[in-house]
Amino acid sequence: MVNNLLIALYALIGAMMALAAIESFRDRSNPARFGTGTFWTFLAIIFAFGDFIPATVVGTMLVIIGVLALARQIKVGHLPAVNVQNATAAAHRLGGWIFLPSIVLAVVSIIIAQFTSLGGQVGIGIGALVSLIVAIVMTRTSGKQVYSDTQRMVRSVGAPGVLPQLLATLGAVFTAAGVGTLTAKLIAGVFPAGNQFGGVVLYCVAMAVFTAIMGNAFAAFAVITAAIGVPFVIAQGGNVAVVAAIGMTSGYCGTLMTPMAANFNSLPVALMEMDDEMGVIRQQAPVAIILLVLQIGLMYFLAF
Amino acid sequence: MEYLKLLGIVIIVVGFALKWDTTAVVVIAAIVTGLFAGMSIPDLLHTLGQSFLDNRMVSLFFLTLPMIGLVESHGLKQVAVEAIQKLKRLTPGRILNLYVIIRALANVFGISLSGQVQFVRPLIQPMVQAAAGQHRQLTPAEVDLTKGRSAAVDNLGNFFAQNLFVASGGVLLIASTMKSLGKPVSAMSIVIASIPVAITMLVVTIIYNTLFDRRFRADNSKGGHK
Repeated sequence: MVNNLLIALYALIGAMMALAAIESFRDRSNPARFGTGTFWTFLAIIFAFGDFIPATVVGTMLVIIGVLALARQIKVGHLPAVNVQNATAAAHRLGGWIFLPSIVLAVVSIIIAQFTSLGGQVGIGIGALVSLIVAIVMTRTSGKQVYSDTQRMVRSVGAPGVLPQLLATLGAVFTAAGVGTLTAKLIAGVFPAGNQFGGVVLYCVAMAVFTAIMGNAFAAFAVITAAIGVPFVIAQGGNVAVVAAIGMTSGYCGTLMTPMAANFNSLPVALMEMDDEMGVIRQQAPVAIILLVLQIGLMYFLAF
Repeated sequence: MEYLKLLGIVIIVVGFALKWDTTAVVVIAAIVTGLFAGMSIPDLLHTLGQSFLDNRMVSLFFLTLPMIGLVESHGLKQVAVEAIQKLKRLTPGRILNLYVIIRALANVFGISLSGQVQFVRPLIQPMVQAAAGQHRQLTPAEVDLTKGRSAAVDNLGNFFAQNLFVASGGVLLIASTMKSLGKPVSAMSIVIASIPVAITMLVVTIIYNTLFDRRFRADNSKGGHK
């Protein structure tokens, strides 16, 4: 039951990606429209028919996507802008009710996750569908508008939207290749496993440092959790949810302190024409350090 | 030779640090890791494909995009801007504190606005600057300070409350990665485990912003700042 529902939900995502593919191919202003269209077509196929095609084919498509990305042939292109006049008119008509669909999404997902046997993933899917219906009824919009907004959102999310899934995939490849056990062995040479507090400090600090170097906590999470989080904290008896959740947010402390995270730390400097290039990081650094120390404490006390 | 399979980690670290195309970097790192671990090419393609299929749940958030696009084109931003504008006539610290709470609450319901572009630049920072300059002329360095602080507060509210939403990219990535690493955990338990950190962030940020007000008091006009 749950599996069939999930297959249906993935197929729906595939359909949305197919819309993005069609509109990407049609976007003549995008010099990379064929690459971008191919990117979304492959993803649409993987999501819609993933359970019925050989994994080797999926793997091949991923390699081709990698080549397209390397050749810079995946670009967002030209997206239809939100019509500000219509948006303002709708804002006056709807007022605070505009937040209703988002609240419906959160409430329905949580209720299904907590009180049915369908689980959290199906919950998100049903929550998304119910909230979409609420939004359509509430705004009395047309099918054309839903189509336009869907393809606009999917395309604007773009390749970075699939990055989390790719990173999780990388984590799985690391596991299959035994990367985690090897790094654990290496680190164990310098740092003895078995000390719970030491493991927590090592994991949280490594998450922050590697995130700062890479500028991306999601990428650091797959690597550092395999190499340090699992062998040095979870294997010592740490609660999995607590260790993983706080491990990720420890990484965010690194994001706050690095010029590598341009979206968050350099974009505002440019937007606000600041004199001090490091002005945002300077304001964040003290809080980042305090939060990292507090999170080490939280992980130690809550996980064991 | 066993250590060669760690090259994948090096590629990820260097590739992200040098800002190479992220999609390409991740795919290459996976291929290199697999090859040096001794997988044959068909084996590698199978592992890659199967792992990607197994991790489709990370991308479930795509299902929320049509609804988000719809409310966006029907004035989500406009309504939020009007609500925040009602906060005029407060101290800089209070404006920032209310904003960080609103940002965190929005995250609980999965409303992730691009805060820096949509709110900080056009709305929050000008309000903070106006409130800071109520008693005296601000120096250029102080104006810069209000900009840096406004951007910082947006990032704080955004990062540490994000994982309170069960369909957020972060929560799904954590759940899926832990499953890959052989330590399965539900998305809901990740959300619950993220609550203490979100509360800690709010407390620390609110104290930090309250201290911020001291700089801009009327009696702090000369040489009171570094």
